[in-house]
Amino acid sequence: MVSTLEVFCFQIFQMGILMQSTLNNPAKRPLLKVLPILFCLAPDCFAEAGVFSSPTNIFAPASTPANSIFGLSLFVLAITATIFMIVVSLLTYAAVKFRKRTDDDGREPAQVYGSNQVEIAWTVIPVLIVVVLFMATARVIASVQRTVPANALQVVVVGHQFWWEYRYPGLKVVTANELHVPVGSPTALKLLSADTDHSFWVPRLAGKTDLIPNLTNGTWIDPQETGLYLGQCAQYCGTQHAKMLLRVYVQSPNDFERWIQEQSQPAHLSAAVSEGRRIFEATACMNCHTVAGTPADGRFGPDLTHLMSRDTIGAGVATNNHENLRLWIQDPSAFKPGALMPAMGLNDRELNAVTAYLETLR
Amino acid sequence: MSAAPVTMLESEIRWTPSARGRLGMYCLIAAEAAIFTIFVVAYLFYVGKSLSGPRPQEVLHVPIFFTICLLSSSATIHFAVRSLRNGKAGAFTRWWFLTLALGAAFLLGTALEWRHLIYDEGLTIQTNLFGTTYYSLVGLHAFHVVMGLLALSTVLSLALLGKVKREHTERLDTLALYWHFVDTVWVVVFLVVYVIGR
Amino acid sequence: MSTEVIAWPRTEESSRPLVDRLHAWVTTVDHKRLGLMYILYALVFLVIGGIEATIMRIQLSAAHKAFVSPQVFNRMFTMHGTTMIFFVVMPLVFGLANYLVPLMIGARDMAFPRLNAFSFWLTAFGGILLYFSFIGANGLYGAGNAPDVGWFAYAPLTSSTFSPGHSTDFWTLGLLVSGFGSIGTAINIIVTILCMRCPGMKLGKMPLLVWLNLVMGGLVILAVSPLSAAQIMLLIDRYLGGHFFDTQAGGSAVIWMHFFWIFGHPEVYVLVIPAFAAASEIIPVFSRKAIFGYPVMVAATVCIGFIGMSVWAHHMFTVGMSSNANTFFVLTTMAIAVPTGIKIFNWLATMWGGKIEFKSPMLFCTGFLFQFLVAGLTGIMLGAAPFDWQLGNSYFVVAHFHYVIVGGIMFCLFGAFYYWFPKMSGRMYNEALGRLHFWLFLIGFHLTFDFMHIPGMLGMPRRIYTYEPGRGWDTWNLIVTIGVFFQGLGILVFAVNLLLSSVRGKIAGNDPWDAWTLEWATSSPPPAYNFAVIPSVKSRRPLWDLKHPEDPDWEYE
Repeated sequence: MVSTLEVFCFQIFQMGILMQSTLNNPAKRPLLKVLPILFCLAPDCFAEAGVFSSPTNIFAPASTPANSIFGLSLFVLAITATIFMIVVSLLTYAAVKFRKRTDDDGREPAQVYGSNQVEIAWTVIPVLIVVVLFMATARVIASVQRTVPANALQVVVVGHQFWWEYRYPGLKVVTANELHVPVGSPTALKLLSADTDHSFWVPRLAGKTDLIPNLTNGTWIDPQETGLYLGQCAQYCGTQHAKMLLRVYVQSPNDFERWIQEQSQPAHLSAAVSEGRRIFEATACMNCHTVAGTPADGRFGPDLTHLMSRDTIGAGVATNNHENLRLWIQDPSAFKPGALMPAMGLNDRELNAVTAYLETLR
Repeated sequence: MSAAPVTMLESEIRWTPSARGRLGMYCLIAAEAAIFTIFVVAYLFYVGKSLSGPRPQEVLHVPIFFTICLLSSSATIHFAVRSLRNGKAGAFTRWWFLTLALGAAFLLGTALEWRHLIYDEGLTIQTNLFGTTYYSLVGLHAFHVVMGLLALSTVLSLALLGKVKREHTERLDTLALYWHFVDTVWVVVFLVVYVIGR
Repeated sequence: MSTEVIAWPRTEESSRPLVDRLHAWVTTVDHKRLGLMYILYALVFLVIGGIEATIMRIQLSAAHKAFVSPQVFNRMFTMHGTTMIFFVVMPLVFGLANYLVPLMIGARDMAFPRLNAFSFWLTAFGGILLYFSFIGANGLYGAGNAPDVGWFAYAPLTSSTFSPGHSTDFWTLGLLVSGFGSIGTAINIIVTILCMRCPGMKLGKMPLLVWLNLVMGGLVILAVSPLSAAQIMLLIDRYLGGHFFDTQAGGSAVIWMHFFWIFGHPEVYVLVIPAFAAASEIIPVFSRKAIFGYPVMVAATVCIGFIGMSVWAHHMFTVGMSSNANTFFVLTTMAIAVPTGIKIFNWLATMWGGKIEFKSPMLFCTGFLFQFLVAGLTGIMLGAAPFDWQLGNSYFVVAHFHYVIVGGIMFCLFGAFYYWFPKMSGRMYNEALGRLHFWLFLIGFHLTFDFMHIPGMLGMPRRIYTYEPGRGWDTWNLIVTIGVFFQGLGILVFAVNLLLSSVRGKIAGNDPWDAWTLEWATSSPPPAYNFAVIPSVKSRRPLWDLKHPEDPDWEYE
C-alpha cells in the first residue's frame, strides 16, 4: 500500500520534473520543496481505511501465519520504501540539475569513466541489505512452514474443478465449499487435489498454498476472531476458476461443536419429498453426489447431506435460496458456464420435486 | 549510397570461416545438451515411481556390444578426418563408411531392444512412468543418431562421387564434433538408464 | 524480330516492379532487412496483444460484468501473455540485435546469414500457427479454439483429459517452432560477436550493447532448450499416451513447473538485458558522457545471467516445496538484486555531471530508470517467500511484471526506436509527436499499473474472468482499465509518427545524434555491405576518438 501511492505521487512529481526539463524552465526550486510535503501526505492517504477496506485485505491479518507474514511485509516495505526514496531523489536530482542549459557552450562535459570507491560502496551496501532481508525472510519461512501446532484440528481439503471438498477425518464429517473451524485454536489443513492445480487463499488467515494432484500439501490457520472469512482459488484451474470461492466460518467452540454434531448426522428423511428423492436417485444425480444414509454415494460432486446448512451454492456463486437452487439444478451454466455439472434436462414437475427434496437436507 | 569510411588504418579481415563453424557447432551442442539434460532429469526423477508394470531391473539388458559399436564410431570418424587432413581421400572414405556402419549397427541394436521390450515384455511408452521416460530419452538420442547418419550418408555420397577434398577437412571436423556429442550423450544415457536407474 | 541492339536501362530501386521488391525482402539474408522484418512483425503483434488486453480490461472494469464469456476471457489472457512475450518482445529484441550487432562491431553481416533468415521465418511461422488456432483448432469435441491454459500452461490442465481438442497443441507447436528459431538466432549472435569483430575491437572494447546481446544469446541457448524439451514431453503425453505430467499414473505436476520456470525465469532476462543494452547506448549519448563503469556493467550483466539461471523456483513458492528449498530460492532471488541495482547506479552516475538533452529517446530511458527501480523493488517484495505467499498469483504479481516488461523493457525499446529510427530509415522522426507519445503512454502506464498493485494486496487473484462485488476491488479495476486507453492512444501516435516520418521526415544524415559507436559512421540507412572499408578501432567509442583527437578514449581505458 505504502509503495503504490508513494510511487504514484512520485510519478506525478517525476512527470512535473520532466515537463520542466523539456520546457527548459528554470523555475525548479518550488517543485523540489513540494517533495517532502507530498511524502507526508502519502501515508495519510493510506491511513484512510475506507478506501482500502476489503474482507480479503492481506494487511488485516486475523491468524498467526497471516500475522507472521504481515510482520515481515512491513519490514520489507520499510526497507524498499527507503531505497525507493533515496534512489528516486538522486535520479530526480540528476535529471534536473544536469540538464543541458539553453546557454550551453557546446563543449562536452568531463568524461568520467568510473570510480572505485563509489562502485565498491554501492556494491557493499546492497549486499548488506540483501543479507538482512534474507535472514528476516528465512526466519519467517521456518516459523510458518515448520511449526504446525501439535493439537491442531485435522481437516482434509480436496480441490475439485470448481468446488472445495472438506473432510474432518477424526470427526467423520464430510461437507463442501463452506469450511467451519473453531476460534482461537489451530486447524491444520491437508491439501489434496482430485484433478488439476488449485490454491487455497484466505488472505486474512494465511498465505496461499497450492493443491496439486498427486502431492500432499499442508497449511494451518488459527483465527483469533469469530466471523466469516472470504477467499478464492488462486491457481488457474480451468473455465470457472474465478468462481471457486472460499468461505471460512470461524465459530466459538460451542457453536463449532453444535455444527459438527449436525453435520455428522445422516440425511433427514421425509416422506413428503419421496418423489424428489426417487428422481434424484434414479437420474444420474446419485452418481456424483453423496447423501449420507441413502444409496446416493457419488464422490465427483459435493456432498449434499446437509446442503441447506450452507449459505451459498456452487462454491459461493449464488445464495442458497429456492429460486437459485432450482435454477442451478435446471442449468448450472446459468451461474457457472463451464461448470462440470450437466443440466439434466428435468421438466418443471421433476425440478420442483427435486428442489423440494434437497431443501429437506438440513 | 556510399559510406564515409571510418578507418584509422586498413587491415585485413581476420576471421576464418572454420572458427565460425566450430563455434556455431559448440553453441548448437550446448543447446542440445540442455534439452537432453531435461530428459535425463525427468528420467532420474521418475526412477522407482512407476505405479505398475515392468520395472527396469526386470526387463533391461545392458547393450554392451552396440554401445561399443557407437563409441568406436567416434574413433573411426576421428581417423577419417585425420586421413582427409593428410590428403588420403580413399582412406577417408573407408573410415567414414565404417563410422556410418557402426552407427547403423547401434540403431539396429536399439531397434532390436525395443522390439523385445514391446512384444516380449509388454513395455510401451504408455505402460508406466518407466516406459514413458525410457522410450523418450533413448528415442531422443536415437533421433539424433538418425540425423547424424543422414549427414554422414550425404557426405559419403559426395565422397564416393569424388567431391570431397582436403580443403573440406575443417567442415567435416565440425560435423565430427556433432557425432562426438551424440556419442557422449549415449555415455550419459547409458549410465543413467542401465546403471543408475536399474 | 528486330536486329537492333536493345539496351536495358538501369532500373532504379524504386521503379522495380513491386513483385521483385517483395521477393527481395522475402528471400533476403541481409541482417538489416531481417532486423526490420522482425521489428515490423513484432509491432503488428503488439497491436493484436493490446487488443486482447483491452478486451480483458473492459471485462474486468466492473464486478460481474458480462462483456465476454469466461471461455473467451481465458483465451484472451493466454494469448495476450504468449503473444507479448514470444511474438512481440522477443522479435523486437532479436530484430534490434540483428540490425545493430554487425554494424556496431564493424562487420558486413551476421556469421550465418541463411540461418538468420531461416530463424526469422521459423519465428514468424510459429506466431501464425499459434493464431491459426482461433479458426483451426476445433477438435473431436468441438472443444478447440485458441489455447486457454495460461501462457505457462501448467500441467495437468494441459493434458488431453482437461484440454480436449487441439488448442493446447497450437500453443505447444507454435512455441516449439519459434523456439527453434530463437535458438538459431542466438547461435548467430554469439558466433558473430565472438568471431567477426573488426580489427582492434577486443572483447573489452565492444560497445555495451554488443556485450549484453552476447549474454542474451547465451541465455537463450540455455533457457529456450528446456522449454522445447518440456513441450516435447507434453506432446508425448497428449499424443503418445505418455505420463510425464500424468498425475493419475504417478507423474508430477510440479516437474512441469520446474521445467517451465527453468526456461521462464532466464527468459525474462533474455527480454530485459537487450533493453538494458539500448539504455546503455542512449543514456551516455544524451548525457554527453561515457558510460560510467563499463567493466562493472559487463561483469554485472554476466552475473545476472548466471544467477538468473538459479532463481526459477521463486515462481513456485506456493507449491509446497520444503522450507529449505524455499529459503535457497529466496537467497538467489535477493542476490540478483545486487548486480541489477549496480546497473541502475551506473546509469545514474552516467547522467551525473552530464549535459542531458531530453529528446524522445532520453525521455523514454529516464522513465525506464524510475520504473525499473520500482519494478525491482516490488520484485524484492515478491522474493521474500512468505510475502509471496500472500502476493503471489495475485494482481500484485501482474502489476510487478508489467512494470518490468512495459515500464522497463517497452520504454527502453521505444527509446531505441526513436534513437535508431534515423539510422534505419534515413529520416528524423517528428519530435513533438514523440513527446506526445511519451506523455500519453506514461500517463496510461501509471494509471494502469500503479493502481493494479492495490487489488493484489486486497486479495484479488489473477486469471479470473470476473470478481465479486464487496471485496473492494471495483474502483481500482476501473482506474486500471481507463489507463489502457491512454496507452492505446500513445501507441497510435507512435504508429502515425513512424509512418509519416518514414516518408516525410527530415533527412537524418549519418550521425544526427553526435554519437560514438560504429553504426553512426556509415550512411543512413547503411548500404547492403555496411561499410565501404572495414573499420579498425582503438577504444570503446571510435567516433569519439575521431571527433576528439586531442582527448581520445583509448588513453583512459
